[in-house]
Amino acid sequence: MAAKTLDRRWIFLFLFIGVALPLIFVIGLPIETTENVRAVYQMVEDTPAGSTVLISFDYDPASKPELHPMGRALLQHCFEKDLKVVITALWPMGVMMANDILDDLQPSYPNKVYGQDYVNMGFKAGGMVTIQAMGKHFKGIYTTDSNGTPVENIPMMKHIDNFENIAFVISLSAGAPGVKEWVQVAGDTYGRQVSSGVTGVSVSSVMPYVNEQKQLTGLLAGLKGAAEYEYLIGHPGTATSGMDAQSLAHLIIIIFIIIGNITYWRNKKKQKKEV
Amino acid sequence: MTHFFNVFGIWLGAAFTFAIFSFLYKDNPFYKVAEQIFVGLSAGYWFIYTIFNILIPNLFLPLSTDFAANWIKLIPAFLGVLMLMRLVPNAEWMSRYPIALLIGTTSGLAFLRYLKSDVINQITATMINPFVGNNWVTVVGQILLVVGTITGVIYFYFSKKHEGAFGVSAKIGIYFLMVSFGAAFGYTAMARVSLLIGRLQFLLGDWLGIISP
Repeated sequence: MAAKTLDRRWIFLFLFIGVALPLIFVIGLPIETTENVRAVYQMVEDTPAGSTVLISFDYDPASKPELHPMGRALLQHCFEKDLKVVITALWPMGVMMANDILDDLQPSYPNKVYGQDYVNMGFKAGGMVTIQAMGKHFKGIYTTDSNGTPVENIPMMKHIDNFENIAFVISLSAGAPGVKEWVQVAGDTYGRQVSSGVTGVSVSSVMPYVNEQKQLTGLLAGLKGAAEYEYLIGHPGTATSGMDAQSLAHLIIIIFIIIGNITYWRNKKKQKKEV
Repeated sequence: MTHFFNVFGIWLGAAFTFAIFSFLYKDNPFYKVAEQIFVGLSAGYWFIYTIFNILIPNLFLPLSTDFAANWIKLIPAFLGVLMLMRLVPNAEWMSRYPIALLIGTTSGLAFLRYLKSDVINQITATMINPFVGNNWVTVVGQILLVVGTITGVIYFYFSKKHEGAFGVSAKIGIYFLMVSFGAAFGYTAMARVSLLIGRLQFLLGDWLGIISP
């Protein structure tokens, strides 16, 4: 007897409805913070006001739903702590991703001035080699910002020579080049504090860097990590509003896995009886 | 005019989203058109991006403004041209030189970095006293870390038959591997659902205006 199968399109339909409904009718499930997210938050909190930090936007629109809320929350936190932010990108589209967030945040932070409080240095090809060059002589690799303004004319870049002048590095990473390269060069070679926000797919390969050696200081893992960070800084955004949908979708997946397993065992039992 | 193009862009985005989603029902011409437009646009975008953001600022501009100080950039430019020789059947062999140089340099640079970050530091992070910790959860976690690492490595040691105590250790290693695969699958499911949430936030927020974006 042929095994009973469910048309996979039913699963797609259930998931679609399961994700859409909580977005329209918000449930507001509680968000628990985890140690790794609190570590990233504490790192930003403990950095003295006026310090310069580096956030690298190493992703493109394909990972926007997960990494964009992280970038937004981190920039908000840095602005509120009066940290000066140098933005770089190891992915070409990362420049646009950063600009998209900065344009969005500008009305909320009207006192933040481009070139004095934050700067977008743009994309540089080369991954690990680029980071290595930054560690030796930052202005040697970044001669202009993403708008073409010479680095000498950007006030906040005047005292930036290498990683010694950067308090910490955060890589919002969707793959390679990304967090791995930052850990290997900025962290393990130049001794800078490195943290990261990554897509759900890469969490299991990046998590081993969060260890006793402090190769990574905390980690924002996927949409959940972004929602936790939004909760900690008190600015709920798209990640928070997506968590109800995320939880319901997981519940639907778990239910289908249970149904699938029960059906499998029943079919197996029936086949045995028939034999 | 800007407003018109914003609205037009959102409608175009919504139409393409539905065209791609329609594949979940079955393959159809709308999906194929959307897919091919996406591939064509991406290729065209990358081509122009490479010219304006890599070749012009890093090669053409420095050479045209101060040739004497930047003539050395002609060497990587020449190697780049050699790489393109793959497209010419008779001169294909020339592309092997830049590829060899690229692979050799990358390996040399990456070797030390990987050795330090992915081998030495990772092993050092596992060489801990698992019984020292602030609470029992930390201690249990550390014990699992040490046991999981050792038994996981034992499973991948194939020069000795997996039997007796060695076989039991390898078997425990498999369980640890299975748990890690399960965790990876869970995170992957979360990532895919996040992408669907992102699209639905666009459709329900930016396009229909039912939810606030």
